[in-house]
Parts: sequence; structure tokens; C-alpha cells
Amino acid sequence: MIELSQVTKAFGKNRVLRGINLTIPRGQSMVVIGGSGTGKSVLLKSILGLVTPDSGRITLDGVDVRETERDAFLARFGMLFQGGALFDSLKVWENVAFRLMRGHTKRPKAEAHEIAVEKLRRVGLKPETADLYPAELSGGMQKRVGLARAIAAEPEIIFFDEPTTGLDPIMSGVINELIREIVTEMGATAMTITHDMSSVRAIADQVAMLHDGLIRWTGPVAEMDTAADPYLQQFIHGRAEGPIESVR
Amino acid sequence: MSLTALPEAALASLGRATLAALAALGRIALYAASTLSHIVRPPFYRREFLTALLQVGWLSLPVVGLTAIFTGGALALQIYAGGQRFSAEAVVPQIVAIGMVRELGPVLVGLMIAARVTSSIAAEVATMKVTEQIDALVTLSTHPMKYLTVPRVLAGFLTVPLLVGIGDIIGIMGGFLVSTEQLGFNRASYIKNTIDFLETADVVSSLIKGAVFGFIATLIGCYYGMNSGRGAQGVGGATKNAVAAASILILAANFVLTSVMFGS
Repeated sequence: MIELSQVTKAFGKNRVLRGINLTIPRGQSMVVIGGSGTGKSVLLKSILGLVTPDSGRITLDGVDVRETERDAFLARFGMLFQGGALFDSLKVWENVAFRLMRGHTKRPKAEAHEIAVEKLRRVGLKPETADLYPAELSGGMQKRVGLARAIAAEPEIIFFDEPTTGLDPIMSGVINELIREIVTEMGATAMTITHDMSSVRAIADQVAMLHDGLIRWTGPVAEMDTAADPYLQQFIHGRAEGPIESVR
Repeated sequence: MSLTALPEAALASLGRATLAALAALGRIALYAASTLSHIVRPPFYRREFLTALLQVGWLSLPVVGLTAIFTGGALALQIYAGGQRFSAEAVVPQIVAIGMVRELGPVLVGLMIAARVTSSIAAEVATMKVTEQIDALVTLSTHPMKYLTVPRVLAGFLTVPLLVGIGDIIGIMGGFLVSTEQLGFNRASYIKNTIDFLETADVVSSLIKGAVFGFIATLIGCYYGMNSGRGAQGVGGATKNAVAAASILILAANFVLTSVMFGS
């Protein structure tokens, strides 16, 4: 279980997170929604330690993340980045097997290659893709490779940063389905940040809405449509009118 | 603004620029210290190191060779023309040798490396930062300093002295060709004068300068790449600043090293 308590983060005068309280139960898929620039990525990166919060506490299974051994902590996570963040200089299979070929979990090259090809197959890519370079792939294929890399070491927790951004609706649907299937079959805890409502409905068990540096609403996805919160309703229905200021 | 306020504003602006430059130098020094501490601690990334050796060393050979041969040739012509004023044309082999080995070889190779390698490293690392590849490295339990900076800096430190040595030889060859083919020098005596005049200390100083310049050029590329701003403009800015900073630091280091090794 991941718990955030009164987490704050500011960049200069811009207070991005103003006291986040959020619980992500083990084995659940939490989707954090919110407009662009509301601090969703900062929230996610704060948990991973890519951004250091100014105050507050983040715990994983009751242990403060600052007190855990860094490599062991990160070994429990997999992450799909918004743009894929694939390493240009490495072949697709080397990207997928990156963790498997280094550090404590290092395996022989042949075994790492075999696992990479299997994970690529799991995300719907043919074995021939393994020897290509990321620049030779389409956006959708890069997302799939990023997904394969995120699950390669079978992590307990997977983070998805805007998994469908930049994809056409059909490819978005495919990625959403893949995420849902993989999270379910691995029994992983998942946290996704997105503003794509089709992703929310396909992936989420729980939903949290971030606005103005605070969690405005959180609850099961089934209760999202009937919730009374005006901010949430404006966001999920994409209305220009409402308490969330929109720039025209 | 009144006229009396103008010098004050100029001084304040100069002060701010000086403080900013010193702060940047301090950050680079800390980054260098951190790099050195990571060089001696595992894990080591052999493949990245070998790739960096190829990129920094082998692929820089053509530009280094061409720069050195033209400079050596031009140097011979200049010394000959200048020497004629006081009947000292005969010193061309000695001055070309000492000029190339002690000064022009290391400095020109350093500047060529700053142009070719520093820019390439800064642009590559900055792009990796902008596209979240560096964040991805961290989430994959890989320290960016160990994976990106250490192999490149080590490759620069080890290969640039070799490039300088090769540049020195090619530069002297450039002077030799011009002197013997155009200025009428005897081949055998030119080579003998060059070898007799050069001392071990000259060559060692050249190689030491190469190692220091290689360290600076690669370190600065990594530093500016890692601290790049966002988007294409951030990558462009990081590349431009890296080349400028590396060039200035190489020239400053050259002065310091020359003062230390030959000042007395």
C-alpha cells in the first residue's frame, strides 16, 4: 500500500502540490485525473523519488520511502513514461531487458533476450521487433515497448504516466486494454495519471481527482459519475462552464 | 535613469554576471568531484565505456589530423617568414616542434574535441533529459552519473592524450612537408633537428594537457546536458553553453598548466 500524507512541493513561487493525502491500496488500480499542469506528474515522480517533496510523508507498506534502500525500493516499481522514454542507442529488446541485464537481478544475455521477446509478445509485438531501434517504431509501438519494459522484471507496482497521450482512439483502446489485463494478471498495484476519460473507465478501480494542488475527490470508479463534487463533474464531462477556470 | 546611475547599474550588472559565473564554476567543481567519486566505485558499464572510447577517440581522428596538418604547415610558413627578419630561418624545425608539442597540439586538439565531442555529448544527454530517458534510467535502478557521465569522462581522459600525441606528430609532419617541399629544407637534417631539440618533458607536458582537456571537454558536455532546460530550446542552449564553457575552461587550464610546468 502506498500512502501520501500532507505532501507539498513548490517550484519557486509555484506551489504545485499543497498537501496531498492519498492512499493506493495494494492490488488496486488508482487513476489520478486532473487538468494539464495540475501536478499529476510531480505527484507520481515524488513517490519514485525523482522529485523531492518539500514536506509531508510518503510510505510504502508503512515504511517511509526516504528510509528504504534505494535500489531495493526501485526494484519494486515499473514505469511507463508518457513519451515512452526508450533509450535511442539500444535495440528494442535491450530496452525491455535493461533491468534484467544489470544490477542485482542480472541474468545471462540469452535469458534476458528470451524474457524480452516474451514480454514483447505479451504486449502484441512480434519477435522481429526486438532487433529494431526505437526510432524505427511508430508511437503506438513505442508505447507497447515502454509497457513491456515496465513489466519485464515483474514489479509489484506499476506507474503509467499519460499512457494514451498522442495515440489515436483505437490504439488508445488497445493500450488501455493491455494495461488492464496486465495489471490484473500480475496482481500488481497500479497508479495511472491521465486526463483521458476513456482510460479512466478502462483502467481504474479507484479514481482521485487532483486540482489546485489538492485531491478534490477520491472514490471507486463506479461512484465517479454520481459523485456530487462540481469540480469532478465538470472535468469528467469536459464542460467549459464550472468551478474550474478555463482559458478561452 | 540619471547619468550618475548608469555606472552603478553597469557595476551591478557586472557583479551579478561575476557571481553567476562563480556559482556555475562551483556547481561544475561539485559535479567533477561527484564524477571522480563514481569513477572508483562499481558498477562499471563496460559497453558504454567502449562506445565512448570509439566516439571520443577513434571518430575524432580525422578532424584532429586535418587540423594538425594545416596548422603545422602554416606554422612553418610563419616562422620562416618571421625568422627571415633577423636571419633565423634555420630554426623552423625546432620552433615547429616545440610550438606544436607544447602549445598548439594540445590546445587545438582540446578545442576540436570541445567542438565535436562536448557538443555531441551535451546534445545527446540533454535530449535524454528532455525525453525523460534519464528519469527512466533512475527508475531502472541505474545511476545516470555512472551510466552516462563516468564512461564518457573516462574515455575523454584516456583518449584525448593519445589524440594530442597523434596531433603533435601530424602537425610536425605538416611543418616538415611545407619546409622540405616549399622552403627548401633538407629532409634528414629537418628530422634530426626536430628529434634533437624535443625533450621528454615537452612530450609529457603535451600528454598531460591532453588528459586534462579531455576530462574538461567530456565533463562539461555531461554537466550541461544533465542540467539542460526544457524542449528544443533547452537542448540548443545546453549545447551552446557547453561548447563555450569547455573552450574557455580548456584555454584557462592551458594557461595554468603552462605556468606550472614551464613558468620557472
